[in-house]
Amino acid sequence: MDLANFFIQLLNSVQYGLLLFMLAAGLTLIFGIMGVVNLAHGSFYMLGAYLAWSLSALFGSLSLAIIGGAALSVLFGLALEWLLFRHFYERDHLDQVLLTFGLIYIFEELRSIVWGDDVHGVPIPELLSASIPLTDNLSYPVYRLFMSGVCLALAAGLYFLISKTRLGMKIRAGAFNRDMAEALGVNIKLIHAVVFALGVGLAAVAGMVAAPVASVYPNMGSQVLIMCFVVVVIGGIGSVRGALIAALLVGLVDTFGKVLLPQVAGMLVYILMAAVLLYKPEGLFKQ
Amino acid sequence: MPTRRLVLTRSAAMMGTACSGLLLPELVRAQSGKVRVGFMLPYTGTFSQLGVAIENGFRMAINEQGGKLGGREIEYFKVDDESEPSKGIENASKLVQRDKVDVLVGTVHSGVQMGIQKVARDSGVLCLIPNAGVHAATRALCAPNVFRTSFSNSQPTRALGQAMVAKGHKKAVWITWKYAAGDEAFEGFKESYTAAGGTIVKELGLPFPNVEFQALLTEIAALKPDAVACFFAGGGAAKFIRDYAAAGLKGKIPLYGSGFLTEGVLDAAGPAAEGIVTTMHYSDSLNTPRNKKFRLDYVKAFRSQPDVYAVQGYDTGLLLIQGANAVKGDLGAKPALYKAMEGATIDSPRGKWTMSKAHNPVQDIYLRVVENKENKVIGIAAKALSDSGLGCKMA
Repeated sequence: MDLANFFIQLLNSVQYGLLLFMLAAGLTLIFGIMGVVNLAHGSFYMLGAYLAWSLSALFGSLSLAIIGGAALSVLFGLALEWLLFRHFYERDHLDQVLLTFGLIYIFEELRSIVWGDDVHGVPIPELLSASIPLTDNLSYPVYRLFMSGVCLALAAGLYFLISKTRLGMKIRAGAFNRDMAEALGVNIKLIHAVVFALGVGLAAVAGMVAAPVASVYPNMGSQVLIMCFVVVVIGGIGSVRGALIAALLVGLVDTFGKVLLPQVAGMLVYILMAAVLLYKPEGLFKQ
Repeated sequence: MPTRRLVLTRSAAMMGTACSGLLLPELVRAQSGKVRVGFMLPYTGTFSQLGVAIENGFRMAINEQGGKLGGREIEYFKVDDESEPSKGIENASKLVQRDKVDVLVGTVHSGVQMGIQKVARDSGVLCLIPNAGVHAATRALCAPNVFRTSFSNSQPTRALGQAMVAKGHKKAVWITWKYAAGDEAFEGFKESYTAAGGTIVKELGLPFPNVEFQALLTEIAALKPDAVACFFAGGGAAKFIRDYAAAGLKGKIPLYGSGFLTEGVLDAAGPAAEGIVTTMHYSDSLNTPRNKKFRLDYVKAFRSQPDVYAVQGYDTGLLLIQGANAVKGDLGAKPALYKAMEGATIDSPRGKWTMSKAHNPVQDIYLRVVENKENKVIGIAAKALSDSGLGCKMA
C-alpha cells in the first residue's frame, strides 16, 4: 500500500469513525446521564435518513432538509421522552431493554407504512459532488469531507455544551448525583428531556448526512446500532470522550480490515472489542 | 321467524363462502376439476415488483392458450412469501397442504427457495422456480419434481470471464456482497476468467446489503487492475454504479458485471451506468420478432414494460403448458409429465432454450452494454451455456 492510498484510507477511516461517534455519543449520553439502555437508538438514525430522503425531495436542497429534519427529530425525541421514556428511568435495565426492543419493531412497521420497503438514494448536492484529485488515479470526494466537517462541528459543540456552559454543568451534576442536584434546585426532569432530545437529534443528523453515501433502506438502523454498542463498550459506558476515541479506532480497524484482510473483515471489529475488554474490562475510559 | 331478506342474505353468504372454497374444499375441488396453481412470490417488500412481473408473465403465457392447461380450467392461489426465509417452509406448506395445489410457482429469494425445496422434496408436488438462482436447487438438492426456468447464480458470470479476456483485460478485481448469491456468482467468474488466461488480482467483499463502498473503491483505484467485475443487484447496484463514477474510476477502469447490475436500475444510476458491459440470459433490446411480439403484447395486457423477471414468469407458463399438453391436463401422471418437461424446448423471448439433466435452463448468455439508458445486446458471450449440476442425483 503506497502513501497516497494509505492517506485516503486514513481519511475514509476518520470519516466513518466520526459518523459512528455521532451515534455513539447520543447512546452513551442517554445511558450515562439517565441510565436508560436505548436499543432503539439505531431507529433514530434510520428516521434521519428517511427524513433526509423525503425532505430533500420536497425542498430540493439537502442542507434545508438537514435543518428541517433535525428540528423534526428533536421534537420527536421530546414527545417520545414525555410519552414513554420518563416512565422508565426508575425501572431496571431489563424493562428498558424490553421497551426499546419493542420500539425497534414499532418503528420498522411505521417506516414500512409511511415510506415503504424500497431502497432509495439521496442525491449529493451539486456544490459538494466533486472529488479532489490526490494522485493521477486516487481522489477523495468532497462530500465526505463535508460529512466529517459536520461531525467534527457537532462534536465540538457537544464538548462546549457539556464542559463550558451552565446547562452542561447541570447535566454533569445530574449524572453525578441526581438527588443532590435536585435538592440544589436543578430541574432534573427538564435536563433529562433535553439530553434525550439531543441524543435523538444527533442520531438523526448522523442519518441525514450519511444518507447520500449510505443509501436509505429498511433495517439500516439495526446494523448501525450493533457498531454503536461496540463503540460504547470499547470506549467505556457513559464516556463521551471514550466514544470518540473508540469510534475512530473502530473506523480504522474496519476500513483497513476491509482492504487488507477482506476474508475476515467482518470479524475484526469484534476481535478488537474482545481484546480491549480483556485488557480493560470496563472499556478504555470508564467514568 | 326469519324474514325473506335474512334468508336471502344468508343464502348469498353461503354461496359466496362455497365459491371461495372455504366451505368443503374437497367437494368443490372434485366438482370443478380445475388445475390448482399456487403462486408463492414476494408481493410486498424489496422484491415485490419482481413477484408481480413473474405472475404477469405466467398468466400471459396461460392466457395465450385460452386460459387453460391441457384443456382444463385453472384456479389460482396466492401466498406472499415476503422474501422471508424463516417463513419459507410454512408458506410453501400452506399452498401444498391447505390449498392442495397441483403445481407451485416460486420464488425470487434464494433463501426462501431453500424452504420451498424442502417442501417440494417432502411432498413431491410439482415446483417451478421462476427466478431464485441458488445452486443447491439444481445441484445437491435437485429433485425430479423441481424445474428452474431462470438461471443458476453462476451462469451469467460464467460467460463473463472469457468476454473480458477477449477484450484484453488480463488482470481483474472482483467485488460483491459476501452472501450465498455473491459467492455463487464468483464461482462462475473465477472458473471462466482463469480458464481464459486472466488473473484475479484481488477479491473484495462487504456484508449484504451494506452499500458503503468507499474503502473498497479506494483500494481498486490503488490496485489499478485492467478491469473490475462484480455482482450487485437492485438498489445496491445503482449505488455501486454511482459511487464507482464518483470515485473517478469510470472511464479509467472498465466495469463489468453479472447482468443484474444494470437490470431495472438504469434510471436510478443515471449517466454513471453508460458503457458498463454485463452478461445475462435476456435483454430488453433483443432484436428478434419473438421478443418484439412478446414486449408489445405484454405492454398491451399490463400497461407496463416487461423485464427479465416477466420473461422468466412467461417461460414458466410455457414450460407448464408443454407438460400439461403432453398428459392432456392430467397433472397426476407424473412420469409422463416430467418426461415432457425435461424434453421441452422453450420458444422464449430470450431465445430458444432447453432443460439440463438437473432441470436448469441450457441457454445463450448475451453480452450487453449500457447505451442511452438501455442494455444493448452486442453479442453472445456463451452459446447454450449449462450449469454443472454438480452433485445432482435424481431419485
